[in-house]
Amino acid sequence: MSKQSAGTAFTALLRRDFLLAYRRRAELLQPLAFLLVVTTLFPLGVGPSPQLLADIAPGVIWIAALLATVLSLDSLFRSDFEDGTLEQMVMSGQSLSLIALSRIVSHWLVAGLPIVLLSPLLAMWMNLPGEGLSILLQTLIIGTPVLSLIGAIGGALTVSLKRGGQLLSLLVFPLYVPLLILATSAVGAAVVDLPYGGQLGLMFAGLIAALTLAPFATAAALKLSLS
Amino acid sequence: MNRLFLFFHKTGSPPWFYNFSGKLIPWLWAIFLAMTAVAMYLVFFNVPPDYQQGETIRIMYIHVPSAWMSMMIYGLMAIMGIIALVWRIRIMEVLVISSAPVGAAFTIVALLTGSMWGRPMWGTYWVWDARLTSELVLLFLYFGVIALYNAYDEPRKAAKAASLLSIVGAVNLPIIYFSVEWWNTLHQGSSFGGDGPGIHPTMLVPLLLMAVSTKFYYGANLLSRARLTLVKQDHRKRWVQDLLEEERP
Repeated sequence: MSKQSAGTAFTALLRRDFLLAYRRRAELLQPLAFLLVVTTLFPLGVGPSPQLLADIAPGVIWIAALLATVLSLDSLFRSDFEDGTLEQMVMSGQSLSLIALSRIVSHWLVAGLPIVLLSPLLAMWMNLPGEGLSILLQTLIIGTPVLSLIGAIGGALTVSLKRGGQLLSLLVFPLYVPLLILATSAVGAAVVDLPYGGQLGLMFAGLIAALTLAPFATAAALKLSLS
Repeated sequence: MNRLFLFFHKTGSPPWFYNFSGKLIPWLWAIFLAMTAVAMYLVFFNVPPDYQQGETIRIMYIHVPSAWMSMMIYGLMAIMGIIALVWRIRIMEVLVISSAPVGAAFTIVALLTGSMWGRPMWGTYWVWDARLTSELVLLFLYFGVIALYNAYDEPRKAAKAASLLSIVGAVNLPIIYFSVEWWNTLHQGSSFGGDGPGIHPTMLVPLLLMAVSTKFYYGANLLSRARLTLVKQDHRKRWVQDLLEEERP
């Protein structure tokens, strides 16, 4: 069998993941339904005052996005691990970091991007002022890939554990702290007409750092889980 | 064989490590106790009450060294984790996982003494100040490492996973620290370096003594934990059997 080029392997994996995702549509909708339900609980919990909701809107939407992402992370490598596909991927001779990156990209496209697309609805529910919406979308577009990238490390570390889900949230939430701070403060600044370029720039730097480092850490964790 | 290489080879062997650390531990405890006794005497009888903070200044002598240790231990865990994963030295894996509870304990001490000091000074036990928050996040990072280690059945795999997680955490730690710093700051600035009036030797000497003595405490506690972990992991191996044979009256 001739070894495929890295690019072919990458796209073949992506295509496989989309096919699998399409066949498990209901499973993909769960985190999104969760996102909507959690956001609904906030007005019910803190009261429907429009001003109060507008003040906490960036934080609520971002925290709901974190929770929904972590919910979908547990299954990131699990089925491949359980049916032995992951072992075959390791033995294929392709770079494991590249394989991890491909999984992360497909995870973002099926779990992260829908959050971005749903966020205008959430912003409307939370009474976020109009100036905040575009910047909220920008922070989510930059930030949700970072959630997938960092989360993949946690997913790979806990994949061989039977009850990895709860542990996973303990592992990754502390690592999400900088992102949450930067994103919510960017949206908060935009609402009151302050400059927010710095926060966005730092988030972008975080995205690049995560993109270059996380696939390697994920690959190391996967190798460890398979050993 | 190269002497340095021989040294690494020897320290990497569990029986050698067990014997060597057994000889070292009493000395570490003794130095820690002596230094702490001197420092505590100075703290309670020699340090004058602060003109603003009064007697509560004495809390600082536990609080500041603990906070320093909490950060230093996490950094050391990452360094030992890299050594463990790159050169596959088993002792280092054991040291990483034995460091985590000590580091978590120092973090808890720093948080508790901080809120005891905060109550009379700031009028509240807890504020979402930058340093308090990053210390709390650090505690969660420690909990993550400990929980991951305990979740695995196989001790060596568990220690490797914990090492990897502490490396990932250490890469993130400065980012967390600066982002939280930027998010909110109420904590008083550091009394070291900078242009401020600085700190008088009567107050500085006990603080430095405590800063050094906590390192000996860490060393003693770490080695004791590492020995116990090694014996537990190797309880069926020959060297532990021999050891038990020797201990038997």
